[in-house]
Amino acid sequence: MPNLGLVRQNAVVSATPRSTIRDSLSVSVTVGAYGIAFGAAGVAAGFSILQTCLLSLLTFSGASQFALVGVMGAGGTAISGIATAALLGFRNGLYGLRMSPLLKVKGAKRLLAAHITIDESTGVALSQEKLGEDAMRSGFWLTGIGVFTFWNMFTIAGAFGAQAMGNPAAWGLDAAVPAAFLGLVWPRLTSTSDRLLSVAAMVLALALTPFVPAGLPIIATAFLALAIGLRRL
Amino acid sequence: MNSMTMMWWGVIGTSVAAYALKFLGHSIPHRYLENPKIQKTNLLIPITLLSALVAVQTFAEKSRIVIDHRAIGLAVAAIALKSRVPFPVVVILAAMGSALVYHFS
Repeated sequence: MPNLGLVRQNAVVSATPRSTIRDSLSVSVTVGAYGIAFGAAGVAAGFSILQTCLLSLLTFSGASQFALVGVMGAGGTAISGIATAALLGFRNGLYGLRMSPLLKVKGAKRLLAAHITIDESTGVALSQEKLGEDAMRSGFWLTGIGVFTFWNMFTIAGAFGAQAMGNPAAWGLDAAVPAAFLGLVWPRLTSTSDRLLSVAAMVLALALTPFVPAGLPIIATAFLALAIGLRRL
Repeated sequence: MNSMTMMWWGVIGTSVAAYALKFLGHSIPHRYLENPKIQKTNLLIPITLLSALVAVQTFAEKSRIVIDHRAIGLAVAAIALKSRVPFPVVVILAAMGSALVYHFS
């Protein structure tokens, strides 16, 4: 079991349940390690090591980061890259809506809380519901800061690793990026209609690819989601 | 290929947009966006965008549709995900599969 020191330190600072600390740490390490794939993808897409690392530091939202390097690496404009990333980042705003009444923080702490409001910190916080609000808050902070730490460390490793490798295709890096996207979408496909929507989006994006500039075929598929999500229930 | 300046705009724009969305969520009153249609759309948007990215990153070469070594990598990833292999291993296996085909074709 790694990070015993960290566990003991946090246990002293607050009476956080052991299971909350364990959940937070295991999510932090597992998800953080994924940063190595992002670091490699960023450099393979033509971003510098500095730019790739800054994305992890400042954007800090895996799907949005992958989207930007995916779209711009394929020749898409900065605008379509940013638009795709922002559409994917919209859900963090909804997580914030859920988390802010729980955290009840102001000032600098709120600025920090906003930055670490992502899938994992929100997910761990919600999963601690049975243990009470204190455990939920601990889960949020521990996971958010933990993922942030490991995600950035592994991004640096991946970025330097990819630069040392040279030709991305020779190392399979050009396939690692779509594999990463598949890994991101896979857990979301829980029903038949989700899977159908996924296939429809793939078909639409490929059908548009020969006719519109890079990046737009991806953004266009958001309209599929809007058409289905906003229709009369 | 994009120039380094364009890349910088991408990095800055994405970071600003991502943080603005996170901060808005912590700042606006709760009753907004609680509409079930918005909640539902919010679950669907990542599905369509990420799926589109999978397809385009695998089968597009500039504006052409091609089937090459990356398709093998994607197939390996799908099998690995179906076998509940952890994320980082999925990516490594996909890269290995793709690289093998790249070298032998």
